[in-house]
Amino acid sequence: MSDTAIELVDVDKWFGTFHVLKGINLTVKTGEKVVICGPSGSGKSTVVRCINRLEEHQKGIIRFNGIELTNDPKSVASIQGQIGMVFQQFNLFPHLSVLENLILGPMKARGLSRAKAVEIAQHYLNRVRIPEQADKMPAQLSGGQQQRVAIARSLCMEPKVLLFDEPTSALDPEMISEVLDVMVELAQDGMTMVVVTHEMGFARKVADKMVFMDEGEIVEQSAPEAFFNAPTSARCRKFLSQILQH
Amino acid sequence: MKKLGLALLVLLGLSGCGSSGTWGWYVIDPTTASGWVNIKFLVSGMGNTILISVIAAAISIVLGLIVALPGQSTKRGWRIVNRVYVELVRSIPLLPMLFWVFYGLPIIFKSMGLDIPIDPFWGAIITLAVSDSAFTAEIYRSGIQSIAKGQKEAAQTIGLNYAQTMRYVILPQAIRRILPPLANQFIYIVKMSAFASVIGMQELTRRANELVVTEYRPLEIYSLLIIEYLVLVLIISAGIRWLERRMGSDERQ
Repeated sequence: MSDTAIELVDVDKWFGTFHVLKGINLTVKTGEKVVICGPSGSGKSTVVRCINRLEEHQKGIIRFNGIELTNDPKSVASIQGQIGMVFQQFNLFPHLSVLENLILGPMKARGLSRAKAVEIAQHYLNRVRIPEQADKMPAQLSGGQQQRVAIARSLCMEPKVLLFDEPTSALDPEMISEVLDVMVELAQDGMTMVVVTHEMGFARKVADKMVFMDEGEIVEQSAPEAFFNAPTSARCRKFLSQILQH
Repeated sequence: MKKLGLALLVLLGLSGCGSSGTWGWYVIDPTTASGWVNIKFLVSGMGNTILISVIAAAISIVLGLIVALPGQSTKRGWRIVNRVYVELVRSIPLLPMLFWVFYGLPIIFKSMGLDIPIDPFWGAIITLAVSDSAFTAEIYRSGIQSIAKGQKEAAQTIGLNYAQTMRYVILPQAIRRILPPLANQFIYIVKMSAFASVIGMQELTRRANELVVTEYRPLEIYSLLIIEYLVLVLIISAGIRWLERRMGSDERQ
């Protein structure tokens, strides 16, 4: 198994004529935590969505565990169960109970028995600290609880990498920390994580690498101390001063 | 409403006379033996009207889904297949399609070396089902498109393939939204099934036509025919409303 989990080499992407990603180079090692930040529209969500092929890139190479992502449906199918994703809007299945949300992937995609899937689901519900909500419908839960269910749902696939696309942006302020706490624990347990977020406190705590994006480019890429104390680019300094002034 | 109904009845009564200028309601007078026989003859078409409508609707619901799915594809070719089917089928009036299926299709089968006769029963069902499937497909399309994109993406990220995503995530959510319009479409099928009479299908309209030929009382007989459809459709409407209420209360929170 390669030490490099994810590798992006000179990746370009366009939405129609809009050049959304420009020559992105990024390496994520196994066990590494990478935090991507930047102003809205900078392409940070798109980077994450290209990694698990929710979006197609048009130029360059993206590899996951050495497998290149191409149009070959098999290459896509082989990675999508292995790369978990947590969305800004949770995207729980509203017609299924919490437990059913969790066991669907393990049963249908991994082919596990219901009993085994339920066992795994309960394990991860414990980890996100809401074991008592298993039989509720998603709409009965608070935003913070829903997002924790979404994290548990990803974990039930036992993914190699977990991607987070602004996981706390749709939450009420008082619920942000319960989600971040779960994410910090995951980080401490050694999960490979790529997190798009503006939560700089979280970033300082867990990030091995900070990435700042603006207008489709990676402007700055460095270790957290250097990133927060001495950002080299003016754009990054300006962005940090804007989000850290409160 | 009452006044309107009364006026209508008066109008029917006044004009409901034959060429001789006398009342003609005797043909369907349940108190006379011959009138009762006529009523029984007319109403006995109900079974076939319901039967061909139900079978056609069932086929249309399956066919519509099969047609709708390629329309959701990211591949242009599949989407074109969907568009061509919907636009073509939607453009053909029911009656010409019925003639084509009943008189034309057996010839095509024969040219292919197949001996598949098409009787009025299946001719009517095939035509109604195909004709309706274009509309059913559009109903599915709107239902599937009304499900947020994030649902499909979430399903992908937990490793579900396309068929699993549709079956476990998208369709269960879409079906709640499309059941009322699908049921509505059923009323359309019931009414259009009257066309089956022209290829000899013994349903409500055919029975009425046959009786008119022997009794020569078109006004009275066709009035009863309309009432038969009215009752049938009102019963279906009540069923739809019951279904909608049930679906509404079933929406789990």
